[in-house]
Amino acid sequence: MSEIAKIVDRVKSGKSSAMEEVKAALRRAEDHEGYNIFINMTSERALGRAREIDKKLIKGEDVGALAGVPFAVKDNYLTFGAPTTAAAKMLESFDAPLQATAVEKLEAEGAICIGKTNLDAYAHGGSTENSYFGPTLNAVDKTRVAGGSSGGSAVAVALGIVPFALGSDTGGSIRQPASFNGVVGIKPTYGTVSRYGVVAMASSTDVMGCFTKEVADSELVMSIMAGHDERDGTTLPNSPLQVPYLQKGKMKVGIIKDCMGDGVDTEVKAATEQYVKKLTDAGHSVSEVSLPMYKYALAIYYIVVPAEVCSNLARYDGIRYGYRDGKTLSDVFGKSRDGGFMPENKRRIMIGNYVLSSGFFDAYYLQAQKARTLLINEYDKAFKDHDVLLSPVAPNPAFKLGENTADPLKMYLEDIMTVPPSLAGLPAFSVPAGKTKAGLPVGVQLIGKRKCDAQLFALAKEME
Amino acid sequence: MAKITKDEIIHLADLANLTLSEAEIEQLGGDLNNIVAYIEQLSELDTSGVQPTYMTVDLENVTRADEIIDYGLGREELLKLAPEQAGGQIKVPKVL
Repeated sequence: MSEIAKIVDRVKSGKSSAMEEVKAALRRAEDHEGYNIFINMTSERALGRAREIDKKLIKGEDVGALAGVPFAVKDNYLTFGAPTTAAAKMLESFDAPLQATAVEKLEAEGAICIGKTNLDAYAHGGSTENSYFGPTLNAVDKTRVAGGSSGGSAVAVALGIVPFALGSDTGGSIRQPASFNGVVGIKPTYGTVSRYGVVAMASSTDVMGCFTKEVADSELVMSIMAGHDERDGTTLPNSPLQVPYLQKGKMKVGIIKDCMGDGVDTEVKAATEQYVKKLTDAGHSVSEVSLPMYKYALAIYYIVVPAEVCSNLARYDGIRYGYRDGKTLSDVFGKSRDGGFMPENKRRIMIGNYVLSSGFFDAYYLQAQKARTLLINEYDKAFKDHDVLLSPVAPNPAFKLGENTADPLKMYLEDIMTVPPSLAGLPAFSVPAGKTKAGLPVGVQLIGKRKCDAQLFALAKEME
Repeated sequence: MAKITKDEIIHLADLANLTLSEAEIEQLGGDLNNIVAYIEQLSELDTSGVQPTYMTVDLENVTRADEIIDYGLGREELLKLAPEQAGGQIKVPKVL
């Protein structure tokens, strides 16, 4: 039985209760305070919900597929029970008046949110060091980063505080911390899960997903979160997760050559090759595939995403909600934004404004969106001969705290293998592949055809 | 492409409504020039005749009926989020 199935079984059979499960999770969170995983706990609300669920159970009512299962939520999903801060001073005391659709759906199945996890402010970053509340520490080595931007959620699952946690992934923010902490991280096809009630970063690549220890648990959580939502016009009318993958037989896997060259850590390569061997041992065929556009993907990403970021962050003006500073009206706009955002937020706003400004629009933004088409065409071609593509998740295992903070471009380069599937809207999972000699986890990335998430789940489960 | 000058950084910050300190202007100037130098590599790609991609899944012009949806949010709840309020309105500094 998977971790989640065990909890549901305990709660439903009366061996434990929702209250006991929630209290135990809150205790585990307290025991690991030093990792700086949570920005705020939602303890009071969680205990209240546990009490309600236990009452229903006594009455014999159906409490759902996740009855009494505690979970953690990245603090860019709007939830009740604690402020939703996006790890920025701008929203430090923002009490959301509504909950994200994804959270509502999980609660409807009896899951209980115990706290809000740390992230790079507004999900801008790959280490959780850009948080107004300080960095989260790596689950395996406290001198190293948790990865990011969903670092808190990845570490919460890796340390066994909760069996699942929610993240968001715009260019690797679920996959990379999953790899850095040795857990499963799921980025579904774009449009699979509603973005309603999640703090927007880059609307054309933002997707909602989760972390678990086992693939089966991720599949369960994602199947509940997925589905069309009238409040998010970009959700797919038919969720790819509601169509099970039934095709039997072996898969054709393509290993992306462009991600196995110089500049990739030898132990990362070794772990990837070890996973490839497991695939071939299981009878799947693996061949090399070349995607020359990968070389340009990071440049495309750091044009398209800041452009969308600067538009999405224009709403934070210090007027209707959030942090306010300044005495005159124009003063309020400028000072609230300067004081409320973290340096990385400002950097991306500035890049976005630059690439969108008149005179540069064609050279940068339009050129990037055209190059994006070329990348997608290459994927389409590769998927003619392959069912699944494979690469490392990141060129290196978790790096040291502070190692990349002085050089933003160096930090961006850590995203080089996770941004391409994001730009193409493809499903991409990060699954544990091995460990370095020093014991640092290394993940491998499985990339599927658009809307073929179920196929990725089938392969990832088989290889686990 | 020309290097981004300090004046351009100040102009961009103005467009973005960011009141930056002198130190931030210096820092961002350096960062932006490095990042732009990196993204410049896209200029070597031939994209003539290529259509831009704005949307990765096959959804187009998603519309809904032009009706008011009740999101269950009252005026009071939303006003509570404002940094300052008075008389049932969001209070802002004097404009004139």
